[in-house]
Amino acid sequence: MHNTLFMILRRMRAPLIFLIVSYAISILGMAQIPGIDAEGKAAPPMGFFHAFYVVSYTATTIGFGELPGTFSEAQRAWITFVIYMTVIVWLYSIGSILALLQDPALLRAARANRFAAKVKRLRQPFYLIAGCGETGTLLMHALDSRNQQAVVLDIDPERVGALELGEYHLDIPALSADASLPESLLTAGLSHYYCAGVIALTNDDRANLSVAVTTKLLRPELPALCRADSLETAANMASFGTDEVVVAFEVFGEHLAMAVNTPGHHLLYEWLTSVPGDPLALPLEPPRGKWVLCGFGRFGKAIAHHLKRAGIELVVVEATPEKTGCDNCIEGSGTEARTLMEAGIDQAVGIVAGTDDDINNLSIAMTARELNPDLFIVLRQNRHANAPLFERFQANVTMQPSSIVAHEFLSLLTTPLLSHFLDEIRARDDEWVDMLLSRIAAVVDNSVPEVWDLEISGFHTEAIWEAMRDGTPVPLHTLLRNPVDRTEDLPCIPLLLRRDDTTMLLPRPETLLQLGDQLLFCGQRRGLNQQALGLYNFNVLSYLLTGMDAPGGLIWRSLEKWFKRSPASSERLGS
Amino acid sequence: MNLEKVVFGFFIILAMTLNFGFVLGDLDNPAHHHVYELFFAIIVNLIATVLKFGERTQIGAIHLASSLVADLGLLAAAWVWVMAVHIEGTGLTPDVTASIVSLSAGALAANILSVIMLLVETVMFRR
Repeated sequence: MHNTLFMILRRMRAPLIFLIVSYAISILGMAQIPGIDAEGKAAPPMGFFHAFYVVSYTATTIGFGELPGTFSEAQRAWITFVIYMTVIVWLYSIGSILALLQDPALLRAARANRFAAKVKRLRQPFYLIAGCGETGTLLMHALDSRNQQAVVLDIDPERVGALELGEYHLDIPALSADASLPESLLTAGLSHYYCAGVIALTNDDRANLSVAVTTKLLRPELPALCRADSLETAANMASFGTDEVVVAFEVFGEHLAMAVNTPGHHLLYEWLTSVPGDPLALPLEPPRGKWVLCGFGRFGKAIAHHLKRAGIELVVVEATPEKTGCDNCIEGSGTEARTLMEAGIDQAVGIVAGTDDDINNLSIAMTARELNPDLFIVLRQNRHANAPLFERFQANVTMQPSSIVAHEFLSLLTTPLLSHFLDEIRARDDEWVDMLLSRIAAVVDNSVPEVWDLEISGFHTEAIWEAMRDGTPVPLHTLLRNPVDRTEDLPCIPLLLRRDDTTMLLPRPETLLQLGDQLLFCGQRRGLNQQALGLYNFNVLSYLLTGMDAPGGLIWRSLEKWFKRSPASSERLGS
Repeated sequence: MNLEKVVFGFFIILAMTLNFGFVLGDLDNPAHHHVYELFFAIIVNLIATVLKFGERTQIGAIHLASSLVADLGLLAAAWVWVMAVHIEGTGLTPDVTASIVSLSAGALAANILSVIMLLVETVMFRR
C-alpha cells in the first residue's frame, strides 16, 4: 500500500506546486488592486480573505460573478488574467491525477499490493503454484474442489486474467509475475506461515529449476514439487532435495506399461487422482502382444523403457536412428505405409505415435488404422491448439503432458496417505484390485470420488477423543454410519489405516480406533460431510455408538453416570 | 551540486525565515506583524510541504511531518485572522494579535526543526 501512496505523492509534486504558485500570484494581485465602493468611488483593495474567496470560485470555474461587490476595471483586468492562468493549472493538475490513475506502472503496483495483502490475510494452508497453464488450471480446479487454497503466479497476464474469470469456490489470489525471481515468490507468500508447499509447473525448465532452488534455500522444510521436461533437469532438481519431480514422459510411460500389464491398478489410480465430481474413467485395457513405437525421442525412450520392462515385444520406427541413439530399429518416419508394414503392423496389437510433431503423429495413426483397424492407438499430443484434431480422431489413449502432470501432483498433494496407498496397491494382485474397484463403483455413483484423510486426535476429532478418554472403545464402523440413521451406511470406504509404522489396507469395520491413527477414505462428498458430524459432536457420536441420544447437560450426564453403576445399564451401553 | 537539493534547501530555509520575520516584534502589537508576511509564509510552507512528498526515508518522513505541523500552525493563525477581521469584525485587538503570533511561533518551531534536520542530513552525507 505504501508504495503506491508514495508513488502518487511523488508524481503529484509538480501539479501541486503549480497550483499553489498560481493561487499565490492571483491572491496577491487581488489584494493589491484598488476596488470601488457601492457609489463607484475608489476604495482600498480587498483583503486576503476576500481575495482567496474570489480566486477560489474563479479558479475552479464555478464563477459566482463579481462578489463580494462590483469590481473596478483594474480588478476585472486582473481577474481575466487569473481565469486563464488558474483554469489552465487546474486542468493540468486534474489531468495529471487522471493520467496517474491510469498509469500502467501504478496499476501494476496497485495490483501487486492487493495481491500481497490478500496473501498476507490467508489463514489456512495454501499451495504456491508457479505457472497456471493447462496443468496449473487442472490442478487448481482439483484443489479448489477439495477446498484447498492456492496462490498463483504466472508470467503471462492473460492467463492470470483468465483465472479471474474461471469458476472457483475459493478466492484464489493470482499475480502476473516472473516466478523465477525470488522476490515474486516471496510476494506470493513463500515465507508465509501457512504456506504448505511450492509447486512449479511452468513450461520452462529453467524457471522451474529456479523456483525449486529458491524454495529449498529460503524454506528448506517446505515440500517443493516440480515439473521437469528433461531427465537432466529432473536429476538436477533431485540433487538438492526437491521433494517430487514429475517428468511427464516418464510418468506416462510408466502408466501405459501399468495399463497394459495391470489394467485394474491403472484404473484405480485414475479414479483416485482425478478431479472429484468428474465422470469416472472407463477401463482402458490395452492388449498384450507386439507393439510398434514411432519416434524414439525423449517420449519414445521413456515408453520403450517401461514397455520393455513390462515384458512387451516392441518394434521401434525412427526417422534418424543415428541421432537418437536407437540401435536395431527400422528407419523411416512411420507416416508411410511401407515403413509400418516393414515394422509388422499387420501382426501388431498396438501402436504408439510418439514423435514431436502432431501432424506426423496423426498421419502415422491414420495410416496404421487403415492397415490394421483393430489396433490399439496411443497418440502423443504436443500442442494444445491441435486438440480438435485429436478429439476427432478418437485414439484409445491421447497423451497430454498437462493432464498427466496434474494427476501426478494431485495424488501427491491430496494427502500423503494417498500416494502411500497407491504405492501399497502395486504389490496387490488383480483380484484384490478388482474387488476394490467394484466396491468403489458401488459407492460413488459413477463420478470420481472424494479422497480425504482423518487423524484421530484431541484436536481433529474431539468427540472421539473424549469417548476414548472415558474408556469407550470406538470401532471404525462408527465413522461409516449415517449420523441421522445409524442402520444406514455412509457412501464411503476406508482405504487405509496407519498406526505408528504399520499400515493396514482396507481396514475392517470392527477395527478399534486408537489415538494417533491416520485413516484414508474415499467416497461421495455427502459421506465426507456427514462423517464429520460424528467427529466433533459428542451427542452424535454417542448415538452412533449406542443408538441412543446421550444426555446433553451436566446434570443429566451425572445422573447417567450414576445409573451406569448398575450392571444392567452398562450392558445396554455395550461397553 | 544538485539543483533539486538547492531548491529543496531554499524553500525550507525561506519558509523558516519568512515565518521568523512574521513572528518578530511585540507579541500583541498588530503594527509589528504584517499580514503579507503571513501570506507568504503560508505559500512557501505549502510549497515546502509538497516538495517533501514521496520521500521514503525515515528522515524524509520526519521532514514531511514537521512541515505539516508548520502548515497547520500557520493556517490556524490565518483562520484566527479571518475570524477576527471579517467574520466577527472585532479587528486586530492585542489579544487576537497575540494568539495569531503565538500560533505562528509554534509553526516557527516546526520550521526550525526542519532546518536542523536539513543540516543533519547534509552533515551525514558529506564525508
